[in-house]
Amino acid sequence: MEYLPMGGSIHMIEESLKLAYGEDSEFIKDKRIAAVQALSGTGACRLFADFQKRFLPDSQIYIPTPTWSNHHNIWRDAQVPQRTFSYYHPESRGLDFAGLMDDIKNAPNGSFFLLHACAHNPTGVDPTEEQWREISYQFKLKNHFPFFDMAYQGFASGDPERDAKAIRIFLEDGHQIGCAQSYAKNMGLYGQRAGCLSILCEDEMQAVAVKSQLQQIARPMYSNPPVHGALVVSIILSDPELKNVWLGEVKGMADRIIGMRKALRENLEKLGSPLSWEHVTNQIGMFCYSGMTPEQVDRLTSEYHIYMTRNGRISMAGVTTGNVAYLANAIHDVTK
Amino acid sequence: MQNTGHITMALAVDASRFEGVPMAPPDPILGVSEAFKADTSDLKLNLGVGAYRTEELQPAVLNVVKKAEKLMLEKGENKEYLPIEGFAAFNKATADLLLGADNPVIKQGRVATLQSLSGTGSLRLAAAFIQRYFPDAKVLISSPTWGNHKNIFNDARVPWSEYRYYDPKTVGLDFEGMIADIQAAPEGSFVLLHGCAHNPTGIDPTPEQWEKLADVIEEKKHMPFFDVAYQGFASGSLDEDASSVRLFVKRGLEVFVAQSYSKNLGLYAERIGAINVICSAPEVADRVKSQLKRLARPMYSNPPIHGAKIVANVVGDPTMFGEWKEEMEQMAGRIKNVRQKLYDSLTEKDQSGKDWSFILSQIGMFSFTGLNRPQSDNMTDKWHIYMTKDGRISLAGLNLAKCEYLADAIIDSFHNVN
Repeated sequence: MEYLPMGGSIHMIEESLKLAYGEDSEFIKDKRIAAVQALSGTGACRLFADFQKRFLPDSQIYIPTPTWSNHHNIWRDAQVPQRTFSYYHPESRGLDFAGLMDDIKNAPNGSFFLLHACAHNPTGVDPTEEQWREISYQFKLKNHFPFFDMAYQGFASGDPERDAKAIRIFLEDGHQIGCAQSYAKNMGLYGQRAGCLSILCEDEMQAVAVKSQLQQIARPMYSNPPVHGALVVSIILSDPELKNVWLGEVKGMADRIIGMRKALRENLEKLGSPLSWEHVTNQIGMFCYSGMTPEQVDRLTSEYHIYMTRNGRISMAGVTTGNVAYLANAIHDVTK
Repeated sequence: MQNTGHITMALAVDASRFEGVPMAPPDPILGVSEAFKADTSDLKLNLGVGAYRTEELQPAVLNVVKKAEKLMLEKGENKEYLPIEGFAAFNKATADLLLGADNPVIKQGRVATLQSLSGTGSLRLAAAFIQRYFPDAKVLISSPTWGNHKNIFNDARVPWSEYRYYDPKTVGLDFEGMIADIQAAPEGSFVLLHGCAHNPTGIDPTPEQWEKLADVIEEKKHMPFFDVAYQGFASGSLDEDASSVRLFVKRGLEVFVAQSYSKNLGLYAERIGAINVICSAPEVADRVKSQLKRLARPMYSNPPIHGAKIVANVVGDPTMFGEWKEEMEQMAGRIKNVRQKLYDSLTEKDQSGKDWSFILSQIGMFSFTGLNRPQSDNMTDKWHIYMTKDGRISLAGLNLAKCEYLADAIIDSFHNVN
């Protein structure tokens, strides 16, 4: 239980980089990635925000609309100015791709963008592979910096490699990226606060310098990160057998969610809902942006004892074969 | 839609965004351990380490902690997020330990407690709170103090200044200087005090001196801010080591207290501690707690479970609590024995008549030897003894077997090096 180094568990970091950047990543071989263990996704984002404030004081962060609410708190407390970019298209309950591309083009060159690598929170709406390639291309033209928040690798599609596709596209296109990783959901380590922050640098020397500065930011915040979750992660990922067990379990979790999406949609359609519920299965990950209004949500709570956020976001993780019919019925009742 | 494919962008790439990022200086304490590791001499001794070692100079997990972890594994509890303020059973246990379970302030609901990331995390939350709600206040810190205190207040953008503390002439407390500086500070300053076992000097005020400090702090309407990293580890008694904090609280003052379980439960890397704010009324405590939570959320969302459960289990079970107290007494006892042996060795070997009794009067893991920079370097270069350059040695890294060797080195460095 001796203190970890300020940058955290070396093994956990190594395994995390392989997961995000690819087992055979040249960037790992060339030691170009500055990486530290962080306090789950929140801690990783906060370290990056503080790093931005300290070394890129003129930068700001573009955050999608909508996003996980704590993103706003993090960059605000780090005193980095925020802007938003278009993301969700309410009418289609999908991606506002045109709006997104416009905002990317109109942002000043060299802007910093927060991108959800997969399973966008709260909408569940992700760009397609094609769309990611276009976004990457545009980023190159504008010299924007992509910061990926990847909180659901493996948990979205069931396949960690597939869920990292956006990041891999950007890496192929030669971007230098930042990445926040969390093991809260995909390893169920929620309260252990296990995560990683990485920044791809120009070369090894720069990576060493950047890492040293990330450590300097961590030291007066918590000195060094907690060991327990890090040990669990590194043991699982560095043992081929255990890793396989994990891959099976994370696929199991993702499959259950995907199954519930299907079931919810089918139930609603069977009930004869006049609305389209395609988005329930188009969206991915833990959350479904149902499109319900706050008033409809309030009715779900008061009349049906169904609890969800008033922006209409359903956590699909809370849906089971036992309650999906009840849920569909309730939704149908308040939306028909 | 555009056809982008896999085109390597032949665009002018700007100079790297990170050109302006310099290499950070090595950590003054970590550097010591690294140099120690690289040293091949059989005689080498690491007295830089701020972590407890057994007589065999090995790190130690407390038996009661192993017991608690086994229990936790058997219970098989889940790993769901804790609330932002942390594990309720831990928060209750930690406040009880600090203040005494029967303390009126606890019964009255006047204590806001948040589980946080050990001592550092607790201090940082408090610093962030000070910056937000007391933007004109400054923090007074002892000269010297734990190196990270300054970093914490700097990063939280809270101004600080030093009060006199260590007197190199007496190798003791400059109490008059301390009082004068605290008195001279602007009203409403935050005074950072080490609850027990001052780091790095090992020099603590006496009970009478604590009373006088409380008088001055009360008079100047300063806010007492305790860093309690060694409760139970200093004297061996949890209650005795908390007496300074309890004295202030008993006076009805509002007090900040940062706690850590790194040393006294050996939970170093689990990062378990708490920030406590003793307030004038329960509704004040509620408000303060709510704002501490707002500061914690964008830092780490909620604190890590593991260490909190260990503490709660140990403290919550009378048998385990008793075992913990015993193990803690043993650790504190080993340190005291080592101090005695070192003192005896120094007194026996040193012919100059120098008074080495400060070794016995200092308390806790550390001792400020009074060695200056060149003398400390001599300790390392000639004797392969690793310590921090301010003359601090960690007695936790010393055993009885090495006391004579250490005494020789200290005497040599003190008398033969300028």
